[in-house]
Amino acid sequence: MFLPMLKRRLIPCLFLQNGLIVRSQEFTQFKQLGNPTAQLERLNDWDADELVYVDITRDGAYDLKRDDLKTASRSDVLSILRDISRHCFMPLSFGGRIRDLETVDAFIANGADKVVINTGVVLNPDLITQVAEKYGSQAMVVAMDVKREADGSYACYSHNGRERLAKPLREWLAEVQQRGAGEIFLNSIDRDGTANGYDLDIVNRVCEWADVPVIACGGAGVFEDFAEVLAKTPASAIAAGNIFNFTENAYRRAKKFLRDAGANVR
Amino acid sequence: MKPKIAIIGYGMGNLASLHNAFAKVGADVCIAVTPAELEPATHIVLPGVGAFPQGMHQLRTLGFEDAVRRLVGQGRLILGICLGMQLLATEGEEHELTAGLNLIPGRVVRFNAPGLRVPHIGWNDTVSRRTGSLLGDAGAKDCFYYVHSYHFAPADAADVALTSDYGGEFVAGVERGNVMGVQFHPEKSHAAGLNLLKRFVERTA
Repeated sequence: MFLPMLKRRLIPCLFLQNGLIVRSQEFTQFKQLGNPTAQLERLNDWDADELVYVDITRDGAYDLKRDDLKTASRSDVLSILRDISRHCFMPLSFGGRIRDLETVDAFIANGADKVVINTGVVLNPDLITQVAEKYGSQAMVVAMDVKREADGSYACYSHNGRERLAKPLREWLAEVQQRGAGEIFLNSIDRDGTANGYDLDIVNRVCEWADVPVIACGGAGVFEDFAEVLAKTPASAIAAGNIFNFTENAYRRAKKFLRDAGANVR
Repeated sequence: MKPKIAIIGYGMGNLASLHNAFAKVGADVCIAVTPAELEPATHIVLPGVGAFPQGMHQLRTLGFEDAVRRLVGQGRLILGICLGMQLLATEGEEHELTAGLNLIPGRVVRFNAPGLRVPHIGWNDTVSRRTGSLLGDAGAKDCFYYVHSYHFAPADAADVALTSDYGGEFVAGVERGNVMGVQFHPEKSHAAGLNLLKRFVERTA
Protein backbone atom coordinates (compact mmCIF):
# COMPACT_ATOMS: atom_id res chain seq x y z
CA MET A 1 0.00 0.00 0.00
CA PHE A 2 1.26 3.42 -1.05
CA LEU A 3 0.58 6.03 1.65
CA PRO A 4 2.50 9.21 0.94
CA MET A 5 2.80 12.29 3.08
CA LEU A 6 -0.37 12.00 5.14
CA LYS A 7 -0.03 13.01 8.76
CA ARG A 8 -0.47 10.19 11.23
CA ARG A 9 -3.31 11.08 13.55
CA LEU A 10 -3.48 11.11 17.31
CA ILE A 11 -7.13 10.79 18.31
CA PRO A 12 -8.58 11.41 21.76
CA CYS A 13 -11.36 8.96 22.41
CA LEU A 14 -14.04 10.05 24.85
CA PHE A 15 -16.49 7.65 26.41
CA LEU A 16 -19.99 8.87 27.21
CA GLN A 17 -22.16 7.10 29.71
CA ASN A 18 -25.61 8.47 30.51
CA GLY A 19 -24.52 11.75 28.96
CA LEU A 20 -21.33 12.10 31.02
CA ILE A 21 -17.70 11.56 30.09
CA VAL A 22 -16.31 8.49 31.84
CA ARG A 23 -13.11 6.50 31.79
CA SER A 24 -13.19 2.87 30.88
CA GLN A 25 -11.13 -0.04 32.11
CA GLU A 26 -11.20 -3.45 30.47
CA PHE A 27 -14.70 -2.61 29.29
CA THR A 28 -16.19 -3.14 32.74
CA GLN A 29 -15.30 -0.38 35.18
CA PHE A 30 -16.30 3.20 34.59
CA LYS A 31 -15.50 6.37 36.43
CA GLN A 32 -17.26 9.67 35.74
CA LEU A 33 -15.07 12.50 34.53
CA GLY A 34 -17.59 15.23 33.93
CA ASN A 35 -19.96 17.05 31.69
CA PRO A 36 -19.09 17.01 27.96
CA THR A 37 -20.18 20.59 27.39
CA ALA A 38 -17.84 21.80 30.12
CA GLN A 39 -14.98 20.10 28.28
CA LEU A 40 -15.52 21.89 24.96
CA GLU A 41 -13.05 24.70 25.45
CA ARG A 42 -10.44 22.25 26.64
CA LEU A 43 -10.96 20.14 23.54
CA ASN A 44 -10.34 23.14 21.31
CA ASP A 45 -7.18 23.94 23.22
CA TRP A 46 -5.98 20.43 22.52
CA ASP A 47 -6.08 21.16 18.78
CA ALA A 48 -6.73 17.44 18.22
CA ASP A 49 -6.55 15.86 14.78
CA GLU A 50 -9.96 14.30 15.26
CA LEU A 51 -12.28 13.34 18.12
CA VAL A 52 -14.03 10.05 18.66
CA TYR A 53 -16.97 9.88 21.04
CA VAL A 54 -18.26 6.48 22.05
CA ASP A 55 -21.55 6.22 23.88
CA ILE A 56 -21.19 3.21 26.15
CA THR A 57 -24.50 3.61 27.95
CA ARG A 58 -26.03 0.17 28.36
CA ASP A 59 -29.06 -0.26 26.15
CA GLY A 60 -31.65 -0.59 28.89
CA ALA A 61 -30.58 2.57 30.67
CA TYR A 62 -31.84 4.87 27.93
CA ASP A 63 -35.24 3.33 27.67
CA LEU A 64 -36.10 4.21 31.25
CA LYS A 65 -35.57 7.93 30.64
CA ARG A 66 -36.10 8.59 34.30
CA ASP A 67 -34.68 11.80 35.64
CA ASP A 68 -34.12 10.33 39.06
CA LEU A 69 -31.68 7.85 37.55
CA LYS A 70 -29.89 10.66 35.72
CA THR A 71 -29.94 8.73 32.48
CA ALA A 72 -29.60 10.70 29.28
CA SER A 73 -31.81 9.93 26.31
CA ARG A 74 -30.63 9.59 22.74
CA SER A 75 -31.77 13.15 22.10
CA ASP A 76 -29.43 14.28 24.90
CA VAL A 77 -26.52 12.63 23.11
CA LEU A 78 -27.50 14.38 19.88
CA SER A 79 -27.64 17.67 21.72
CA ILE A 80 -24.14 17.01 23.11
CA LEU A 81 -23.02 16.44 19.52
CA ARG A 82 -24.66 19.70 18.38
CA ASP A 83 -22.86 21.59 21.14
CA ILE A 84 -19.55 20.06 20.18
CA SER A 85 -19.96 20.85 16.49
CA ARG A 86 -20.81 24.47 17.29
CA HIS A 87 -17.50 24.95 19.05
CA CYS A 88 -15.06 22.38 17.69
CA PHE A 89 -13.81 22.63 14.12
CA MET A 90 -12.29 19.23 13.47
CA PRO A 91 -13.49 15.86 12.20
CA LEU A 92 -15.93 14.31 14.69
CA SER A 93 -16.75 10.63 14.93
CA PHE A 94 -19.58 9.19 17.00
CA GLY A 95 -20.17 5.59 17.96
CA GLY A 96 -22.08 3.46 20.37
CA ARG A 97 -25.47 1.78 20.16
CA ILE A 98 -25.95 2.50 16.46
CA ARG A 99 -28.14 -0.21 14.95
CA ASP A 100 -29.76 1.33 11.87
CA LEU A 101 -29.42 3.90 9.11
CA GLU A 102 -31.93 6.26 10.76
CA THR A 103 -29.63 6.61 13.76
CA VAL A 104 -26.66 7.23 11.46
CA ASP A 105 -28.71 9.90 9.66
CA ALA A 106 -29.42 11.60 12.99
CA PHE A 107 -25.75 11.62 14.01
CA ILE A 108 -24.58 12.99 10.68
CA ALA A 109 -27.36 15.59 10.50
CA ASN A 110 -26.29 16.82 13.94
CA GLY A 111 -22.64 17.31 13.04
CA ALA A 112 -20.83 13.95 13.02
CA ASP A 113 -18.50 13.36 10.07
CA LYS A 114 -18.16 9.64 10.67
CA VAL A 115 -19.92 6.91 12.60
CA VAL A 116 -18.09 4.12 14.43
CA ILE A 117 -20.04 0.86 14.65
CA ASN A 118 -19.28 -2.58 16.03
CA THR A 119 -22.35 -4.47 17.33
CA GLY A 120 -24.70 -2.80 14.83
CA VAL A 121 -22.76 -4.12 11.85
CA VAL A 122 -22.19 -7.53 13.44
CA LEU A 123 -25.97 -7.88 13.79
CA ASN A 124 -26.61 -6.38 10.35
CA PRO A 125 -23.54 -6.27 8.08
CA ASP A 126 -25.60 -4.64 5.34
CA LEU A 127 -25.62 -1.47 7.45
CA ILE A 128 -21.99 -0.93 6.36
CA THR A 129 -23.06 -0.84 2.71
CA GLN A 130 -26.01 1.42 3.44
CA VAL A 131 -23.85 3.98 5.24
CA ALA A 132 -21.07 3.81 2.64
CA GLU A 133 -23.52 4.29 -0.22
CA LYS A 134 -25.30 7.19 1.42
CA TYR A 135 -22.36 9.09 2.93
CA GLY A 136 -19.24 7.57 1.37
CA SER A 137 -16.87 4.99 2.81
CA GLN A 138 -14.94 7.66 4.69
CA ALA A 139 -17.96 8.11 6.97
CA MET A 140 -18.19 4.40 7.85
CA VAL A 141 -15.70 3.32 10.51
CA VAL A 142 -16.03 -0.29 11.64
CA ALA A 143 -14.91 -0.88 15.21
CA MET A 144 -13.34 -4.22 16.03
CA ASP A 145 -12.93 -5.06 19.70
CA VAL A 146 -10.34 -7.84 19.82
CA LYS A 147 -9.09 -10.14 22.50
CA ARG A 148 -6.24 -12.61 22.55
CA GLU A 149 -7.53 -16.12 23.17
CA ALA A 150 -5.81 -18.87 25.17
CA ASP A 151 -4.34 -20.37 21.98
CA GLY A 152 -2.68 -17.08 20.98
CA SER A 153 -5.16 -16.29 18.20
CA TYR A 154 -7.33 -13.15 18.24
CA ALA A 155 -11.12 -13.03 18.23
CA CYS A 156 -13.54 -10.18 17.64
CA TYR A 157 -16.18 -9.31 20.20
CA SER A 158 -19.41 -7.34 20.03
CA HIS A 159 -21.88 -6.16 22.68
CA ASN A 160 -19.25 -4.34 24.74
CA GLY A 161 -16.94 -7.32 24.79
CA ARG A 162 -19.61 -9.83 25.85
CA GLU A 163 -20.26 -11.74 22.62
CA ARG A 164 -17.55 -13.52 20.68
CA LEU A 165 -17.85 -13.52 16.89
CA ALA A 166 -17.89 -16.94 15.28
CA LYS A 167 -16.05 -15.61 12.20
CA PRO A 168 -12.27 -15.43 12.36
CA LEU A 169 -10.95 -11.88 12.61
CA ARG A 170 -9.32 -11.92 9.18
CA GLU A 171 -12.50 -13.14 7.50
CA TRP A 172 -14.62 -10.48 9.23
CA LEU A 173 -12.10 -7.79 8.29
CA ALA A 174 -12.26 -8.81 4.62
CA GLU A 175 -16.04 -8.79 4.73
CA VAL A 176 -16.40 -5.33 6.29
CA GLN A 177 -13.96 -3.88 3.76
CA GLN A 178 -15.74 -5.52 0.87
CA ARG A 179 -18.99 -4.03 2.16
CA GLY A 180 -17.54 -0.52 2.23
CA ALA A 181 -15.84 0.15 5.56
CA GLY A 182 -13.56 3.17 5.14
CA GLU A 183 -11.53 2.71 8.30
CA ILE A 184 -10.98 0.13 11.04
CA PHE A 185 -11.03 1.21 14.68
CA LEU A 186 -9.07 -1.58 16.34
CA ASN A 187 -9.52 -1.76 20.09
CA SER A 188 -7.74 -4.24 22.30
CA ILE A 189 -10.04 -5.44 25.08
CA ASP A 190 -7.08 -6.89 26.99
CA ARG A 191 -5.27 -3.56 27.00
CA ASP A 192 -8.28 -1.26 27.47
CA GLY A 193 -7.56 1.07 30.37
CA THR A 194 -4.49 -0.89 31.49
CA ALA A 195 -1.82 1.63 30.45
CA ASN A 196 0.42 -1.31 29.55
CA GLY A 197 1.09 -0.17 26.00
CA TYR A 198 -0.51 -1.12 22.69
CA ASP A 199 -0.74 -4.69 21.48
CA LEU A 200 1.65 -4.21 18.57
CA ASP A 201 1.21 -7.78 17.39
CA ILE A 202 -2.48 -7.41 16.58
CA VAL A 203 -2.03 -3.88 15.22
CA ASN A 204 0.57 -5.17 12.77
CA ARG A 205 -1.52 -8.17 11.76
CA VAL A 206 -4.60 -6.08 11.05
CA CYS A 207 -2.59 -3.41 9.21
CA GLU A 208 -1.10 -6.11 7.03
CA TRP A 209 -4.52 -7.57 6.20
CA ALA A 210 -6.34 -4.26 5.79
CA ASP A 211 -6.55 -2.11 2.68
CA VAL A 212 -8.09 0.80 4.59
CA PRO A 213 -6.56 2.95 7.35
CA VAL A 214 -6.31 1.34 10.78
CA ILE A 215 -6.75 3.27 14.04
CA ALA A 216 -5.02 1.53 16.94
CA CYS A 217 -6.62 1.87 20.36
CA GLY A 218 -6.22 0.42 23.83
CA GLY A 219 -3.37 0.47 26.30
CA ALA A 220 -1.66 3.86 26.11
CA GLY A 221 -0.01 4.68 29.42
CA VAL A 222 2.93 6.89 28.48
CA PHE A 223 3.80 8.90 25.37
CA GLU A 224 6.45 6.32 24.46
CA ASP A 225 3.56 3.94 23.77
CA PHE A 226 2.36 6.23 20.96
CA ALA A 227 5.85 6.56 19.54
CA GLU A 228 6.21 2.80 19.60
CA VAL A 229 3.04 2.28 17.53
CA LEU A 230 4.20 4.85 14.98
CA ALA A 231 7.69 3.39 14.80
CA LYS A 232 6.79 -0.30 14.78
CA THR A 233 3.46 -0.49 12.94
CA PRO A 234 1.99 1.16 9.82
CA ALA A 235 -1.19 2.26 11.68
CA SER A 236 -2.62 5.48 10.23
CA ALA A 237 -3.80 6.72 13.59
CA ILE A 238 -3.55 6.09 17.29
CA ALA A 239 -6.51 6.58 19.61
CA ALA A 240 -6.41 6.80 23.37
CA GLY A 241 -8.78 7.78 26.13
CA ASN A 242 -7.60 7.87 29.69
CA ILE A 243 -4.10 9.23 29.08
CA PHE A 244 -5.58 12.52 27.86
CA ASN A 245 -7.94 12.89 30.78
CA PHE A 246 -5.67 12.83 33.77
CA THR A 247 -2.81 15.20 33.19
CA GLU A 248 -2.83 18.81 32.04
CA ASN A 249 -2.07 19.44 28.39
CA ALA A 250 -1.44 15.75 27.78
CA TYR A 251 -2.60 15.95 24.17
CA ARG A 252 -0.37 18.85 23.20
CA ARG A 253 2.57 17.39 25.07
CA ALA A 254 2.05 14.02 23.37
CA LYS A 255 2.10 15.71 19.97
CA LYS A 256 5.27 17.57 20.80
CA PHE A 257 6.84 14.34 22.05
CA LEU A 258 5.99 12.61 18.76
CA ARG A 259 7.24 15.51 16.62
CA ASP A 260 10.48 15.55 18.56
CA ALA A 261 10.75 11.80 17.99
CA GLY A 262 10.56 12.48 14.26
CA ALA A 263 7.04 11.14 13.66
CA ASN A 264 5.01 12.57 10.78
CA VAL A 265 2.28 14.17 12.88
CA ARG A 266 0.45 17.46 12.53
CA MET B 1 -20.21 47.73 3.72
CA LYS B 2 -20.32 44.93 6.28
CA PRO B 3 -19.76 41.60 4.57
CA LYS B 4 -22.77 39.31 4.29
CA ILE B 5 -22.00 35.65 3.74
CA ALA B 6 -24.51 33.32 2.08
CA ILE B 7 -23.81 29.58 1.98
CA ILE B 8 -25.62 27.87 -0.87
CA GLY B 9 -27.84 25.12 0.54
CA TYR B 10 -28.42 22.86 -2.44
CA GLY B 11 -28.71 19.50 -0.73
CA MET B 12 -25.06 18.45 -1.07
CA GLY B 13 -23.90 17.63 2.43
CA ASN B 14 -24.38 18.96 5.91
CA LEU B 15 -23.72 22.69 6.25
CA ALA B 16 -23.96 23.05 10.01
CA SER B 17 -20.19 22.99 10.64
CA LEU B 18 -19.51 25.52 7.90
CA HIS B 19 -22.22 27.83 9.18
CA ASN B 20 -20.84 27.47 12.72
CA ALA B 21 -17.30 28.20 11.51
CA PHE B 22 -18.31 31.46 9.80
CA ALA B 23 -20.27 32.43 12.91
CA LYS B 24 -17.17 31.65 15.00
CA VAL B 25 -15.08 34.17 13.03
CA GLY B 26 -17.78 36.78 13.62
CA ALA B 27 -19.30 36.81 10.15
CA ASP B 28 -22.91 37.65 9.33
CA VAL B 29 -23.80 34.32 7.75
CA CYS B 30 -26.90 32.56 6.46
CA ILE B 31 -27.72 29.42 4.52
CA ALA B 32 -29.48 30.31 1.25
CA VAL B 33 -31.93 27.65 0.15
CA THR B 34 -33.34 29.75 -2.71
CA PRO B 35 -31.46 31.89 -5.26
CA ALA B 36 -33.34 34.98 -4.00
CA GLU B 37 -31.56 34.61 -0.65
CA LEU B 38 -28.21 35.08 -2.42
CA GLU B 39 -29.11 38.59 -3.59
CA PRO B 40 -28.06 40.51 -0.44
CA ALA B 41 -24.79 38.55 -0.08
CA THR B 42 -21.42 40.19 -0.64
CA HIS B 43 -19.70 36.80 -0.26
CA ILE B 44 -21.15 33.58 -1.67
CA VAL B 45 -19.97 30.18 -0.43
CA LEU B 46 -20.48 27.10 -2.58
CA PRO B 47 -19.88 24.10 -0.31
CA GLY B 48 -20.60 20.48 -1.11
CA VAL B 49 -19.87 16.86 -0.49
CA GLY B 50 -20.82 14.32 -3.13
CA ALA B 51 -20.48 13.67 -6.84
CA PHE B 52 -19.89 16.31 -9.52
CA PRO B 53 -22.85 15.47 -11.83
CA GLN B 54 -25.27 15.41 -8.91
CA GLY B 55 -23.90 18.73 -7.65
CA MET B 56 -24.41 20.47 -11.01
CA HIS B 57 -27.84 18.92 -11.33
CA GLN B 58 -28.87 20.29 -7.95
CA LEU B 59 -27.47 23.77 -8.66
CA ARG B 60 -29.35 23.92 -11.94
CA THR B 61 -32.61 22.44 -10.71
CA LEU B 62 -32.80 24.84 -7.76
CA GLY B 63 -32.00 27.85 -9.96
CA PHE B 64 -28.64 28.58 -8.34
CA GLU B 65 -26.57 28.18 -11.51
CA ASP B 66 -27.96 31.29 -13.22
CA ALA B 67 -27.98 33.33 -10.02
CA VAL B 68 -24.35 32.46 -9.25
CA ARG B 69 -23.21 33.33 -12.79
CA ARG B 70 -25.01 36.67 -12.70
CA LEU B 71 -23.85 37.68 -9.19
CA VAL B 72 -20.26 36.55 -9.73
CA GLY B 73 -20.35 38.37 -13.09
CA GLN B 74 -21.26 41.51 -11.13
CA GLY B 75 -18.19 41.04 -8.97
CA ARG B 76 -19.55 39.30 -5.86
CA LEU B 77 -16.96 37.13 -4.18
CA ILE B 78 -17.38 33.37 -4.28
CA LEU B 79 -15.55 30.64 -2.37
CA GLY B 80 -16.02 27.02 -3.45
CA ILE B 81 -15.20 24.38 -0.85
CA CYS B 82 -14.43 20.71 -1.68
CA LEU B 83 -17.01 19.71 -4.32
CA GLY B 84 -17.92 23.41 -4.46
CA MET B 85 -14.40 24.26 -5.63
CA GLN B 86 -14.57 21.52 -8.25
CA LEU B 87 -17.87 22.87 -9.62
CA LEU B 88 -16.09 26.15 -10.46
CA ALA B 89 -14.23 24.26 -13.22
CA THR B 90 -15.13 23.96 -16.88
CA GLU B 91 -15.87 20.26 -16.57
CA GLY B 92 -15.59 17.26 -14.30
CA GLU B 93 -14.85 13.68 -15.22
CA GLU B 94 -16.47 12.00 -12.19
CA HIS B 95 -18.82 9.20 -13.42
CA GLU B 96 -19.44 10.97 -16.76
CA LEU B 97 -17.95 14.11 -18.30
CA THR B 98 -20.16 16.93 -16.97
CA ALA B 99 -20.04 20.68 -17.61
CA GLY B 100 -19.28 22.79 -14.54
CA LEU B 101 -19.79 26.51 -13.87
CA ASN B 102 -16.65 27.35 -15.87
CA LEU B 103 -15.77 30.27 -13.60
CA ILE B 104 -12.15 29.09 -13.66
CA PRO B 105 -11.07 27.14 -16.77
CA GLY B 106 -9.93 23.61 -16.06
CA ARG B 107 -10.96 20.04 -15.54
CA VAL B 108 -11.64 18.00 -12.42
CA VAL B 109 -9.71 14.73 -12.61
CA ARG B 110 -9.24 11.66 -10.44
CA PHE B 111 -6.05 10.92 -8.52
CA ASN B 112 -4.35 8.36 -10.71
CA ALA B 113 -0.86 7.61 -9.34
CA PRO B 114 -0.41 3.82 -9.44
CA GLY B 115 -1.11 2.16 -6.09
CA LEU B 116 -2.27 5.42 -4.50
CA ARG B 117 -5.02 4.98 -1.94
CA VAL B 118 -8.05 7.02 -3.01
CA PRO B 119 -9.87 8.90 -1.51
CA HIS B 120 -7.25 11.20 -0.05
CA ILE B 121 -8.44 11.55 3.55
CA GLY B 122 -6.65 13.27 6.36
CA TRP B 123 -4.45 16.19 7.32
CA ASN B 124 -1.99 17.39 4.74
CA ASP B 125 0.46 20.26 4.42
CA THR B 126 -0.71 22.96 2.08
CA VAL B 127 1.41 25.76 0.62
CA SER B 128 0.54 29.16 -0.79
CA ARG B 129 1.91 29.66 -4.31
CA ARG B 130 1.26 33.35 -4.66
CA THR B 131 1.25 36.70 -2.88
CA GLY B 132 -1.88 37.42 -0.88
CA SER B 133 -3.65 34.08 -1.33
CA LEU B 134 -6.26 32.99 1.23
CA LEU B 135 -3.40 31.25 3.05
CA GLY B 136 -1.05 34.24 3.00
CA ASP B 137 1.96 35.04 0.87
CA ALA B 138 3.88 32.61 -1.33
CA GLY B 139 5.51 29.94 0.79
CA ALA B 140 3.03 30.28 3.68
CA LYS B 141 2.18 26.79 4.89
CA ASP B 142 -0.49 25.21 7.05
CA CYS B 143 -2.15 21.88 7.61
CA PHE B 144 -5.74 21.24 6.48
CA TYR B 145 -8.20 18.35 6.53
CA TYR B 146 -9.02 16.75 3.17
CA VAL B 147 -11.59 14.21 1.98
CA HIS B 148 -11.71 13.78 -1.81
CA SER B 149 -11.03 11.47 -4.75
CA TYR B 150 -10.91 14.10 -7.52
CA HIS B 151 -8.96 17.32 -7.81
CA PHE B 152 -9.06 20.48 -9.90
CA ALA B 153 -6.49 20.79 -12.72
CA PRO B 154 -6.69 24.44 -13.87
CA ALA B 155 -5.98 25.21 -17.53
CA ASP B 156 -4.06 28.34 -16.58
CA ALA B 157 -1.24 27.98 -14.05
CA ALA B 158 -1.87 31.59 -13.01
CA ASP B 159 -5.08 30.45 -11.28
CA VAL B 160 -3.22 28.12 -8.90
CA ALA B 161 -3.22 29.63 -5.41
CA LEU B 162 -2.44 26.66 -3.12
CA THR B 163 -0.90 23.25 -3.60
CA SER B 164 -0.54 20.09 -1.60
CA ASP B 165 1.06 16.72 -2.26
CA TYR B 166 -0.55 13.32 -2.47
CA GLY B 167 1.40 10.97 -4.69
CA GLY B 168 2.51 14.13 -6.47
CA GLU B 169 1.64 17.80 -6.26
CA PHE B 170 -2.00 18.73 -6.80
CA VAL B 171 -3.91 22.00 -6.72
CA ALA B 172 -5.46 22.61 -3.31
CA GLY B 173 -6.71 26.12 -3.96
CA VAL B 174 -7.59 28.29 -6.96
CA GLU B 175 -8.07 32.05 -7.19
CA ARG B 176 -9.02 34.15 -10.20
CA GLY B 177 -10.18 37.64 -9.29
CA ASN B 178 -13.35 37.35 -7.23
CA VAL B 179 -13.55 33.56 -7.70
CA MET B 180 -11.82 31.33 -5.13
CA GLY B 181 -11.87 27.68 -4.19
CA VAL B 182 -10.25 25.32 -1.71
CA GLN B 183 -10.25 21.54 -1.91
CA PHE B 184 -9.90 20.92 1.84
CA HIS B 185 -12.44 21.55 4.59
CA PRO B 186 -11.58 24.79 6.45
CA GLU B 187 -14.54 24.15 8.77
CA LYS B 188 -12.79 20.94 9.94
CA SER B 189 -9.27 22.36 10.12
CA HIS B 190 -9.15 24.12 13.49
CA ALA B 191 -7.46 27.54 13.63
CA ALA B 192 -5.86 27.14 10.19
CA GLY B 193 -9.31 26.78 8.65
CA LEU B 194 -10.93 29.53 10.67
CA ASN B 195 -8.11 31.94 9.71
CA LEU B 196 -8.63 31.14 6.05
CA LEU B 197 -12.38 31.73 6.30
CA LYS B 198 -11.68 35.00 8.08
CA ARG B 199 -9.40 36.13 5.24
CA PHE B 200 -12.17 35.33 2.78
CA VAL B 201 -14.68 37.35 4.83
CA GLU B 202 -12.22 40.27 4.92
CA ARG B 203 -11.72 40.25 1.15
CA THR B 204 -13.42 42.99 -0.78
CA ALA B 205 -14.44 42.83 -4.41
